[in-house]
Formats: sequence, structure tokens, C-alpha cells
Amino acid sequence: MPDNVLLSVENLTTVFDTSRGPLPAVSDVSFEIRTGETLGLVGESGSGKSVTALSILRLVQPPGRIAGGALRFKGRDLLSLGEREMREVRGADISLIFQEPMTALNPVFTVGDQIGEALVVHDRATRREAKGKAVELLRAVGIPNPESRVNDYPHQLSGGMRQRVMIAIALACRPSLVIADEPTTALDVTIQAQILDLLRDMKSAFNLSLLLITHDLGIIAEVADRVAVMYAGRIVETGPVAEILNNPAHPYTRGLLASIPGGTPGRRLRAIEGSVPLIGALPPGCAFNPRCPDRFDPCTSAPPPDYPVGPGQTAKCYLHDPASTIVRLKPEPSSLRESDAAR
Amino acid sequence: MPLVEVSHLVKEFARNAGLFRSGTRVAAVDDVSFTVEEGETFGLVGESGSGKTTTGRCMLRLIEPTSGEVRFRGENVLAFSRTRMREARRDMQIVFQDPYSSLNPRMRAAAIVEEPLVIHKLGTRAARRERVAELFGLVGLDPAHLDRYPREFSGGQRQRIGLARALALNPSFLILDEPVSALDVSVQAQVINLLMDLQQRLKLTYLLIAHDLRLVEHICTRVAVMYLGKIVELAPASVLFASPQHPYTRALLSAIPVLDPGARRQRIVLEAGSVNREAALREIARGHWAAV
Repeated sequence: MPDNVLLSVENLTTVFDTSRGPLPAVSDVSFEIRTGETLGLVGESGSGKSVTALSILRLVQPPGRIAGGALRFKGRDLLSLGEREMREVRGADISLIFQEPMTALNPVFTVGDQIGEALVVHDRATRREAKGKAVELLRAVGIPNPESRVNDYPHQLSGGMRQRVMIAIALACRPSLVIADEPTTALDVTIQAQILDLLRDMKSAFNLSLLLITHDLGIIAEVADRVAVMYAGRIVETGPVAEILNNPAHPYTRGLLASIPGGTPGRRLRAIEGSVPLIGALPPGCAFNPRCPDRFDPCTSAPPPDYPVGPGQTAKCYLHDPASTIVRLKPEPSSLRESDAAR
Repeated sequence: MPLVEVSHLVKEFARNAGLFRSGTRVAAVDDVSFTVEEGETFGLVGESGSGKTTTGRCMLRLIEPTSGEVRFRGENVLAFSRTRMREARRDMQIVFQDPYSSLNPRMRAAAIVEEPLVIHKLGTRAARRERVAELFGLVGLDPAHLDRYPREFSGGQRQRIGLARALALNPSFLILDEPVSALDVSVQAQVINLLMDLQQRLKLTYLLIAHDLRLVEHICTRVAVMYLGKIVELAPASVLFASPQHPYTRALLSAIPVLDPGARRQRIVLEAGSVNREAALREIARGHWAAV
């Protein structure tokens, strides 16, 4: 493993046990996050992106369980740690920012108490010091008047302020990796922009690596260095952000980009047909094949492996199988993204 | 004559009111005026709390406005009696944001779509049944699924059921309140295409309430931007997106994430005090109004 790899997820499979047998919410997922890097994990509902995040922190609750794979963080195998050691990793080394700050924060404690708790639990401060450190953290995440805000309860803060508090809690113990699960989905667009700017600033100020989970490719374009696209529990394409957005190789990634309104006003969008399949009812072969405009014979036979399509870019799609004899014209990237030529 | 004309619409809510206190009045919609022309898609944008949804609901009297006028084909619907209003609603319908909570889970899809016809006592059972199947086809649902319950449909299909129900009475005007924001990205585009197709085929006029500015730019002819209960800017969509004049509109547009990682946009942050709340809307160019 190269020195600069902070987290390496290898063949992670997380299943949910049901009366009909185990259903794979995450299947054979592998990726790496390097020091100082932001990896964007994109997917729609049910794609397995949040379960991947919970699996990394070993927070998957029964009937869910990690059924296979390895999680290496700074060279340690997280899956072999005892629960006590794992608790030390959570919050101190790897922390999590949730989508909905109102439900993630405890309504009966002040924000100062909640930031302080993270510090005290991980022995980063005594109870007496905690409040002063909480004030510093609130100031760092851009909350005005931190000395008085530290005594506020969550309901006294706006949605954007609550998300800033969540970020302060996540940063309290100076973790090296922050996982942000849809951190701006519940927020208005102007507040979203401020939170994305804050995450970027915090990333350089605290020398963080970031795993950013979102369904919004616009957010990916703004903050990610590399991208992994998930569909039905698998990573179907991965690569540098510019390649994914400008030269998407998987038909699903292309479809997602073409679905975003843009280009000539009033023009029909090139929508993906059908809807996201349920994990319990995946089609044979490539899970995307029933919706795929480029489907051909091999697609229904077996799930495709990763094929290299460019520097650092791979796609699970038989279109890119060098052994395939079928010659296909790749659509010009410009025709995919007329939307942005106009901007 | 515009199809819909909203003038000086005000909706106040009481804040901190109690048993022995009348509380203070807060204007969620504060003197809002605009017109919607026949056949157009008029966009109402703004962030949460801007009053855009309240404006839409007041227009159909789902919420009674405090004052102002809403004229539909020249007639003030706020002066209508209950019976007259019920008649008027045949022609003006609403599609809600959340297809999970807006459909009755205990009714079959066919009954949900048929209900407006029953309420308005239109047609025989057989004729209604035929109309429902026709509506299913119109919105791209499989008529074989008429007897299913809402939970058996995906989010996109549920939104199609809501749309079929809204279209049952052949309205000319539809209020679309965040019609795709609860849907998966890959499904949103299907519903957007459907909305554009239906508008052409059925000569519909839309009022689109949305926070997704890319969607608004794509399908709206004219756009009004609401901020704290007031319209601060109103212009043809192409003009508004190319040359926004109000500081809030500029801040809002600059916050849209750009899909090009090479071109991270300079954000414009709305400074405290940069919005003059007293400024009235004035026409700064033909058809382009701004409160500056």
C-alpha cells in the first residue's frame, strides 16, 4: 500500500439478513482515500453509499452486517479491532457529519456541551477546559459570537448554523478523515454554498481527508478530487473528477449527467428510462442493463469487472472490454454536456 | 388578458399568539403582484421561508389570504362563494412535492385519480373508469397497474399518479409545487420531460414553484424571485439568468454549483444591509422588474 493512502476499502460487502436470505446493500466495493484528498461518492437512493459510510465506521446495525472485505486505516485493519478500540477510532480518527443536523444533535444539551463531550470522551480536554475549546471550534467554523452561542440549544440555531456545529463536533478531536453524508441536502442553496466553502477551508486548515457522499454531481464538481459512482451496491465508475464529468465512461454516469436540466431551454432532457432497482430484485448481469441505452449481449450474462478507460479511471461496463469485438461509437462528450457550454 | 393576475396579495400569520395574547403579525406573503400569461411556465423561486409555497396555496385558496386579489380569467376568485370556488378549482389544480405523503395509502391508484371526477359528479362509472385509463396512458403509467396501491409504485410513478389526478378535470392552469425535488436524479428528468410534453399537448399554463434554479432556467418563460415574502425581481428567464439586478438574485445564482470542476465560480455573498427592504419593484428594462 502506498504511503499516502489513508483509508483503503477492499472488496467490502455489507448484507442485510432477511427471511429471503442476505441482501447485498454493498457488493465488493473497493476504493482508496489518500491523505489530503476529497473522494466524492455519488449515487441515488438505495445505491449503498450511506451503508458504505456506516460500514467504514462499523456502525451498521443488525439485520445489517459486514459480510466480507477489509478496511485498512493508516495500515490497521479496522475489522479486526475490538469494540473498545473501534470506539477510539470513531470521532478521534474518523468522524461523521450527518445530513440532518436537527436530528443528529441532542435537543436537550447546549452546543457547547455536545462539542465538549466529544473532547472529554476522547481525553482531549478536561470538563473545565472543554467549554473554552468549544468556543474556539465554533469560531473556526464561522459562527458569530461564539462566546454566547456556545450556550445555545440546537433549536435556537438556523439549519446552516446547526450544520456548522455538526462540523465543529466532527473536527473537535482533529480526525484525519471526515465522512460527510449529504451534508448540505437539507439546506437552502445559498447556505449550501457557504457550508461547501467551509468544508473546503476546514480541509486545508486541519489537513483532512474527506469522503463526501452526495447525489448531486454539482457538489461533486465543486469539492471532489476523485469520484466513485455507485449503482445498486457497486462502484460502477471511478476516476478523477474532471474525467468523470467531462468523459464519463459508464452509461449510468453519462445518463446522470444528461439528466441535469441545462442546455437549450425547453429542450427534452435525455432521461434514463425506468427506475432504480430494489436490492432484492436485481436483474442478472450488470444491474443497470434494463435501463441502459447501450446494452448488448454480454450485459445480461454476468456482472462486468472493472475495465481501465483512462489514467486512474475505471468502469464496470462491457463497452470497455478490450476483447469485445463489437465496435461502438462513443458519444462525443460535448453532446452530453451541452448544458455547461452555455454557462 | 393574462390567465392569472395576482395583485397586492398578503398573507399574515400570527406569531407568539396565545389564549390571552394576539401576538404579532408576520407577513409570509407581503404585497405580491404578478401575472401568468396563457400557455407560459411562470417560475416562482426562493429559499425556504420566502413565501413561494404560501403564495401558490393562497392562489387556490387552500390557505385564505389576508388581503389582495387573485383574478382567474378576469374574475376575482377570492370573492367566490364555496360552491363557486369548487367549480373554479376544476380549472386550476395543484401537484404537490412529496408523492409519498400526498397520495392516500389506502386508496388504489385508479380511485385516487378518479376521485376528482366523483367529487364533481362527472360521468357514469364506466365513463369515469375509461377516463382514468386514458389519464394513466397520458402520464405514462401502465393501465395494467390501475388497481395497485401507492406503495407498490416508485417515487416517479407516484408523482405521475398525482399528475394524472390533477389533470382529471381538464384544467387549464396547474400549480407545480416542487414537482421533482423528492425524486431520484435519474427519475427527475423523466418527469420534467413529461411536464413539458403535457404542456404542449394539453395547452397547459404552469406556475412552477421550485428551488432548483437549473430546472427553472430550463423550463420557465418568466421567473419571479421571492425573498422574505416579497418579489424582489421578475424577468423573462433568459434575462434573469444572464443579468440579475437584485443583490439577492445575484447571491442566489452565484450559489448554484457549476458542473465544471475547472471553473469554480466566484460566490457572491449577500452582505447584511445590502438589501433595501423598502425599495419598490420598478421596471428597469422592458419586462424586467427589480426592487433596487
